[in-house]
Amino acid sequence: MVNVDERFMEVSMGPQHPSTHGVLRLLVRTDGEVLTAARPYIGYLHRALEKIAERVTYPQFTPFTDRLDYLASMNCNLAYAMTVEKLLNIEIPRRAQIIRVIMAELNRISSHLIAFGSFSSDMGAFTPFLFGIREREFINDLFEMTCGSRLTYNYIRIGGVSKDLPEGFIDKAKEFLDYFPGKLKEYNELLSYNAIFIKRLANIAVITPEDALDYGVTGPNLRASGIKWDLRREEPYLIYNELDFDIPIGRGEMGTVGDAWDRYMMRIYEMEQSTKIVKQCLDMLAPGDYTAKVPKVLKPPAGEVYVRAENPRGELGFYLISDGSTKPYRLKIRAPSFANLSILPKLAKGVMIADLIAIIGSLDIILPEIDR
Amino acid sequence: MGILEDRLPDNILFTTVDKFLNWSKKNSLWYMLFATACCGIELMQTGASRYDLDRFGSVFRATPRQSDLMIVAGTITHKMADRVKRLYDQMPSPKYVIAMGSCANTGGPFYKDSYSVLKGVDKIIPVDVYVPGCPPKPEALIEGIIKLQQKIMQEKNLVKK
Amino acid sequence: MEPKGIYDILSKTFGSKIKQFLENTFPPTIIVESSAIVDVCKFLKNEEGLNFTSLMCLSGVDLKDQGKMAVVYHLFSITHRHKIALKVEVDRNEPHVPTVEGVWATANWYEREAYDLFGIIFDGHSDLRRILMPDDWEGYPMRKDYVYPKKYHTWDV
Repeated sequence: MVNVDERFMEVSMGPQHPSTHGVLRLLVRTDGEVLTAARPYIGYLHRALEKIAERVTYPQFTPFTDRLDYLASMNCNLAYAMTVEKLLNIEIPRRAQIIRVIMAELNRISSHLIAFGSFSSDMGAFTPFLFGIREREFINDLFEMTCGSRLTYNYIRIGGVSKDLPEGFIDKAKEFLDYFPGKLKEYNELLSYNAIFIKRLANIAVITPEDALDYGVTGPNLRASGIKWDLRREEPYLIYNELDFDIPIGRGEMGTVGDAWDRYMMRIYEMEQSTKIVKQCLDMLAPGDYTAKVPKVLKPPAGEVYVRAENPRGELGFYLISDGSTKPYRLKIRAPSFANLSILPKLAKGVMIADLIAIIGSLDIILPEIDR
Repeated sequence: MGILEDRLPDNILFTTVDKFLNWSKKNSLWYMLFATACCGIELMQTGASRYDLDRFGSVFRATPRQSDLMIVAGTITHKMADRVKRLYDQMPSPKYVIAMGSCANTGGPFYKDSYSVLKGVDKIIPVDVYVPGCPPKPEALIEGIIKLQQKIMQEKNLVKK
Repeated sequence: MEPKGIYDILSKTFGSKIKQFLENTFPPTIIVESSAIVDVCKFLKNEEGLNFTSLMCLSGVDLKDQGKMAVVYHLFSITHRHKIALKVEVDRNEPHVPTVEGVWATANWYEREAYDLFGIIFDGHSDLRRILMPDDWEGYPMRKDYVYPKKYHTWDV
């Protein structure tokens, strides 16, 4: 006789679901409306990028890094380029470094806009999503002017960038940066300090600092738990050590330190800081080379490196083993969302199903990065 | 005497039943949000403020049972392919499929070396319109939808089979 | 602390289980015997002055020409800001490595991925099953001698 537990119901929040930020399957076990367990199943977007890396040459792999985290394409390109440049030991010209910082920070703003928009649409508010996309279209225009593409840029290459900034870029960017802080104020008035929004998010899914370090959580999620750690400040790359910007951390303004509202608010604060950084960089631009001299056939010396960069979602790391030939021997991609999602089973005990959506939205994961 | 007496000018409209049914079908294509990867963001941006899909009568639905168009946007892997077929079967007819982006057309940049990518979604479901691009610009997707509308206008609904 | 200093402390504590120190990788690598990896990791996490709080990355590597499989751990300390890499090499035909899930909870998913793609068995793991490939997939795709299958279910691969 089979012992069937009648109280618990197992529901599969399947791969196609409007609020799971991609093809993620969650097997949740519910006792009425309250969850007792939530298990993520991933792999629905596993495209074998690491195997492809062993079969194409180093420059040919750059477009594939775009598709890793397509909302922060420039940052992924940057981390890969930095990894190969570490092996090659070449010096990047100053103008290329400043252009890289401008692109990386603009992409941080546009990635956080989508995070903000899709999170609010998960919570039931559809207008902020349209506002976020409206702002993002301006940034898309800037990028399209520079490299021709709106989403997967393939702009930051090994040795520098692929093309110089076009005429009119600086003026258009300054126009956008003057217009944007007013919009951030609008978002705060519309959504961030809205009583219903706060009630839905405060004190939900608190990540303690010890748990965050244990599970490998990085990025705004780690900073929301109170740990002041940002790779741009601690291990500065490019010209971040010359720039003036703050690192916001969660202070538990509306509830506990490290709850979902803190994680959401981190992204709003970071957008402010990124605006500051881009303004400083636009003033620092001086004529120069936009790329270093890189040989046509790239053959880095044999060796192993691990290089990491601060992506909008966390720390993206590339572990590269080279055997001296034109193709990598092993390229391991350490994706931030992989570790961020692994804490979900722990956070999801004892919450309601609606809170589960809030938790996934506040962690801001993106599936292609997890599945590679 | 009716309600329309003084409203319409003195005209009589002739049309065929086919044209009328097709016209109503093509102007209210409700699409299902099926976005797996990068093309999904372009799909979302096409439906949002600047390139508005709402003016074509298309709104997004979360479930296949309420939609008549499935825009497959993104890479389909072998693990996901069963689920795509299942979702397609759940849609009520008449149903249409647009394969958006290189990955859904033929496997995309992952065609040569990947062991886990399905080389084109037409291996498991029938596709009506292919939209190339990686990712296609919103204008390209809108052109794809217009081509689908033209295809719908040529359908014959009342032919005895 | 300098990586050489960490290597000296480990050699003193664990003796012959610490095999080699490779200086020219970034960060420098210490090769450890596979049976001692859990104790070494616990020591590195808890010892004052070392405090390796985070496991940044755990990767499997297929060294086919040497007949071995390797697991590489990249560790980092937030309090002291130093990094180190550990490498464990095992036989390619029977790859068994003890799990470090008890030391850092994040190792759970990384080890499942190494099992899924390389076939490395982590002894003591709580839930070792496939994570990225479909459950009924045969073979370990990231191995250097992997042959792509012709068909999966009813369609071509």
